[in-house]
Amino acid sequence: MPLLLLAACGSSPQPSTQSTASLPEAHVDPATAGTISGRVLFEGQAPVMPVIDMASNPQCERQHKVPFRAETVIVNSNKTLRNVYIHIKDGLAPAHWAAPAQPARLDQNGCVYAPHVQGIVEGQALEILNSDPVNHNVHAESQKNPAWNESQPPRAEHKFKKFGSAEIMFPFTCSVHPWMKAWLGVSEHPFFAVTGEDGSFRIEGVPPGTYTVEAIHEKFGRKEGKLTLSPTGTATIEFTYGS
Amino acid sequence: MAAKIIYRRGLHLWSMLLALCTLMLVVVGGLVTSRDAGLSVPDWPLSYGKLMPPMEGGILYEHGHRMIATMVGMFTIVSMVWLWRVESRKWLRILGVIALLAVITQGLLGGLTVLMLLPWWVSTMHATLAQLFFSTTVAIAIFTSSWWLAEPTTTAEQTATPIRRLSLIAPILVVCQLALGAAARHKAIGSIYHICGSPIVAGVILWLSLRISVHYSENRELRRAALTLTTITFTQIFLGIAAYMTRIAYADAVQPMPLMVTFTVFHVAVGALTLASSIALAIIVRRNLTLVGAASA
Ligand SMILES: [Cu+2]
Repeated sequence: MPLLLLAACGSSPQPSTQSTASLPEAHVDPATAGTISGRVLFEGQAPVMPVIDMASNPQCERQHKVPFRAETVIVNSNKTLRNVYIHIKDGLAPAHWAAPAQPARLDQNGCVYAPHVQGIVEGQALEILNSDPVNHNVHAESQKNPAWNESQPPRAEHKFKKFGSAEIMFPFTCSVHPWMKAWLGVSEHPFFAVTGEDGSFRIEGVPPGTYTVEAIHEKFGRKEGKLTLSPTGTATIEFTYGS
Repeated sequence: MAAKIIYRRGLHLWSMLLALCTLMLVVVGGLVTSRDAGLSVPDWPLSYGKLMPPMEGGILYEHGHRMIATMVGMFTIVSMVWLWRVESRKWLRILGVIALLAVITQGLLGGLTVLMLLPWWVSTMHATLAQLFFSTTVAIAIFTSSWWLAEPTTTAEQTATPIRRLSLIAPILVVCQLALGAAARHKAIGSIYHICGSPIVAGVILWLSLRISVHYSENRELRRAALTLTTITFTQIFLGIAAYMTRIAYADAVQPMPLMVTFTVFHVAVGALTLASSIALAIIVRRNLTLVGAASA
């Protein structure tokens, strides 16, 4: 509860927006670190996503051998939900987590963003590239971080963008191709994951403790659960969404 | 009023052309918003650092809008210079200057909203000024017409059923309604305000039109102007309902759907025509009505 007390005393109504730069460097003891893993299940009828009409830019259309469907909701064959962002929402001791030196990547390929959902750490670079023969504009629709909109012609230099404040999540959009949408979660710490083709996730190197874990899906919203991770242990958690 | 004002056909045709191009500009501007293309060209005044970027995807709408806007801006400069050189009515020359100032402001607002990533208040101002500018071009076309210069068929205003003030309230309400629509479109407010405004505006227009057709039916010009305004208004209500219904039907769509875009853009364009025809009616009321005794309060 000290976090809550801090929040009550602080002048800012949203402690999560404050920079963690002034906090002590975080250390995880590899001898006691554990793993949080789990799955995101989907109950009920999986919605059918519409085929995207790329006729307004035939060079986009030509890059897809099969019609491309929207990625808003993807239910895997094992009844799990893809592209759910999972992170530790609460429970970590206040600390500053160093950003990975390796940039994360956001590609524009076939007039579609890849990956559709991803997470980065505060201050980590996001490398944005255009693999398409067409022009894109890249619009970061962030609220806590300053929003920006820049063009990226074919074969243009890669962009390297950093986001200084935690913000989970915000979209990237392109108005040349209004169907294009990607989601980025900017986290204070490295304990996040995104569900893939089997709906599972795995967050490793987590210090033992009691945590609130949150799942966020772009259409179905947020869910959270609590778990306790024992030293070197594995704690599992399942989230269930439905339509 | 001056005794002798010469009808200048060229100037009138040019004014008509300006109004027509402005309506086209409003349509393409509506397409930019409805196709979500507003930010497809991040830079301004150049487009992708060029005068002519590849016209692909949303760039076609955004850059097309900028091209037509440039043309309308130049046409407005020509109108202003033309009026200033040949027009004997000083107030009309001033209206030409107002039109030019409006179109310059409009261009700056358009650029500003792109650079500021479409804040609702800049986009709403841009959308509302567009409607006002179109009506200004229509007014100039009316004032330069041979019809305007001909002797009006006057009718005495009836003290029991005055329309002078009512005909002024109508365009004011239409402007408010257009601003509410623009604000809803740019997500500043819910569309409920715009929807609730429609029966009020339509009611006043209907009241005015009925009063004209019942009490001033002998004046053909007044009657026609009122009928035109009523027809446009009810078309506009139909388009508004259609635009709203398609919006609800396609709430989950991942890209702008053609039917929604079509109805919405027509709704924007006919909105411009509603304002212009309500202003035209107010102008005609002032031209064709003679005051009898004291005007009623
Ligand atoms: Cu694009």
